[in-house]
Amino acid sequence: MKSSFQMALVGATSIALGIFSGTGSAQEITGAGASFPAPVYSKWAAEYNKATGVKVNYQSVGSGAGIRQIDAKTVDFGASDMPQTDEVLKQKGQIQFPTVIGGTVPVINVKGIAPGQMKLDGQVLGDIFLGKITKWDDPAIKKLNPGLALPDAAIAPVRRADGSGTTFNFTNYLSRVHPEWKAKVGEGTAVNWPVGAGGKGNEGVAAFVNRLPNSIGYVEYSYVKQNKMTYTLMKNRDGVFVAPDDETFKAAAAGADWNKSFFQLIVDQPGKDAWPISTATFILMNIKQDKPANATETFKFFSWAYKNGDKIASDLDYVPMPDNVMGAIEKVWGQVTDQAGKPVAIR
Amino acid sequence: MSNTLSASPAALNPSAELPGRAMSSPPPMKQARSGPMADRIFGWLAKAAALLTLGLLVAILVSLTISAWPAIQKFGPGFLVSTEWDPVKEVYGGLVMIYGTLFTSFIALLIAVPVSFGIALFLTELSPAWLKRPLGTAIELLAAVPSIVYGMWGLLVFSPVLSTYVQQPLQKAFGDVPYLGALFSGPPVGIGILSAGIILAIMIIPFIASVMRDVFEVTPPLLKESAYALGATTWEVVSRVVLPYTKAGVIGGIMLGLGRAIGETMAVTFVIGNFNQLDSISLFQAANSITSALANEFAEAGPGLHQAALMYLGLVLFFITFVVLSLSKVLLAQLKKNEGART
Repeated sequence: MKSSFQMALVGATSIALGIFSGTGSAQEITGAGASFPAPVYSKWAAEYNKATGVKVNYQSVGSGAGIRQIDAKTVDFGASDMPQTDEVLKQKGQIQFPTVIGGTVPVINVKGIAPGQMKLDGQVLGDIFLGKITKWDDPAIKKLNPGLALPDAAIAPVRRADGSGTTFNFTNYLSRVHPEWKAKVGEGTAVNWPVGAGGKGNEGVAAFVNRLPNSIGYVEYSYVKQNKMTYTLMKNRDGVFVAPDDETFKAAAAGADWNKSFFQLIVDQPGKDAWPISTATFILMNIKQDKPANATETFKFFSWAYKNGDKIASDLDYVPMPDNVMGAIEKVWGQVTDQAGKPVAIR
Repeated sequence: MSNTLSASPAALNPSAELPGRAMSSPPPMKQARSGPMADRIFGWLAKAAALLTLGLLVAILVSLTISAWPAIQKFGPGFLVSTEWDPVKEVYGGLVMIYGTLFTSFIALLIAVPVSFGIALFLTELSPAWLKRPLGTAIELLAAVPSIVYGMWGLLVFSPVLSTYVQQPLQKAFGDVPYLGALFSGPPVGIGILSAGIILAIMIIPFIASVMRDVFEVTPPLLKESAYALGATTWEVVSRVVLPYTKAGVIGGIMLGLGRAIGETMAVTFVIGNFNQLDSISLFQAANSITSALANEFAEAGPGLHQAALMYLGLVLFFITFVVLSLSKVLLAQLKKNEGART
């Protein structure tokens, strides 16, 4: 009986979401999707409401649910941590554009090792999560960290249990740099993990890593900062060990050619300062709008955010998009039309 | 003669009619107040409420089956015995989760039933009167703790204790013993099947215990007193008088607890480790349960096979609960039959 009750609840919730998100007035726009940028979207929405009186509702329901909702046209914009390929967008009749940049960071809990002391590279990280490297004093880790006193202890890998954009970013990076990982596990918001315990959400992984001695996990950068976790340095494509911060994320984003396409996975980017596990997060919109006024309000909101939202984003440990990307974003916006095919006003 | 004859019915009649009038006169009064129409409407409403429940049940079953159909078509019954759960390659099998759900619930019952029995027994037979109330209330309060609190407590407080004081000593003591050692292998980190089972046990104890206490209390004192008077010990009274008298209620309470254990989500998600591999029978091994997999993966599951496979899992859970309920009904019917044979 419990299960049928839960199913009924799921059904009722989705119906309720459908009803409440279908707002008609252009004074109120609704978006749904990725949880990673949710704090910055909410803060932007609050400040934007103060400045203009327009209300922006953002439901942090996960990238997958965000894609489902924008496909069903129940929201004005969807949000996803995983960019859609140009073919998929064309087929669905949607556009996408990036909003902020962040990074995924390996974190460890090994006695006597301070934040930024441990150096790792993609090969070793992949071997740990494949279960091939099982001890902290493995020769491969020793080789990268000659001066560090490494314990003879079993590594306890921790990863996300729920599907997430963070997992996609992490596995996308490992697939890029570790051929065996690509063949055996691959990339996705949820994968078939060969080892490790799963925590729910970034906070779940952070709690696990903080509690389990000799563990290693991966979380969003903001969790590293807020929880003062022991992050590791990563070797990037240019062979330099870099620490995760605003500058190294920005350097990773600078390497991408945003003018060509917004389908950019900014992992393992060239550049001596680039953090290798960086990611942008994206907004999805339908090209043919049945509520053009809402589309205009959505554009106005994001224009405002690109212009005035940089400080809010940095305060919340996200990296704003480089200014030179604005032109490309407005060009994409120009594709959006009403039902008759007339372009929707951007301003 | 005639006088006495006529007098006796006269004397009898009023007394005979009075109760008759008292019995028959209120119903017309009541009918006048509500009327046949109101009665009929009430009947319809009651019927509609009952049918609505039935209709909802069928609707849920049908919609679950429809959403799960792509996965049912692709994997068929093999889904139930395959352990591979790979969202990247789009290969799904549910055995890991089914095993986790059943095994954790089994551990929970294994712990909760004897403990609840002890609690109920103590409260009804042994406890001093002044302790009955506060103790009973405390146990009922346990049922009111939200499950996410149990989950967080389990992860942050209970699992380190379990790891240090139970798992590591057990591993040291039995690690090298064949067969038994396999049960205690794996990383002793305090999360996995065992911790999920124990947390579930703590969560269902109040349900089972309060049902047991309630049914123990309705055992007629006359029966118990007679048994005591014949020189029976407390244990004999409980096992020969109270338990046979209340077995239907006791089994009902256990099934209530089992139903809750099978369906519990949040607390299990926190402590089970959410690990989709089944490579050992160890109690310390991180595993997954159906509800936990649904809660974790549903939001990010893309449309298509992944979502359908999760729906398939939901259908399996539906089926498991159904089987558990039916089994308890069969068990009760069996017990009743035996009862009739004995007397």
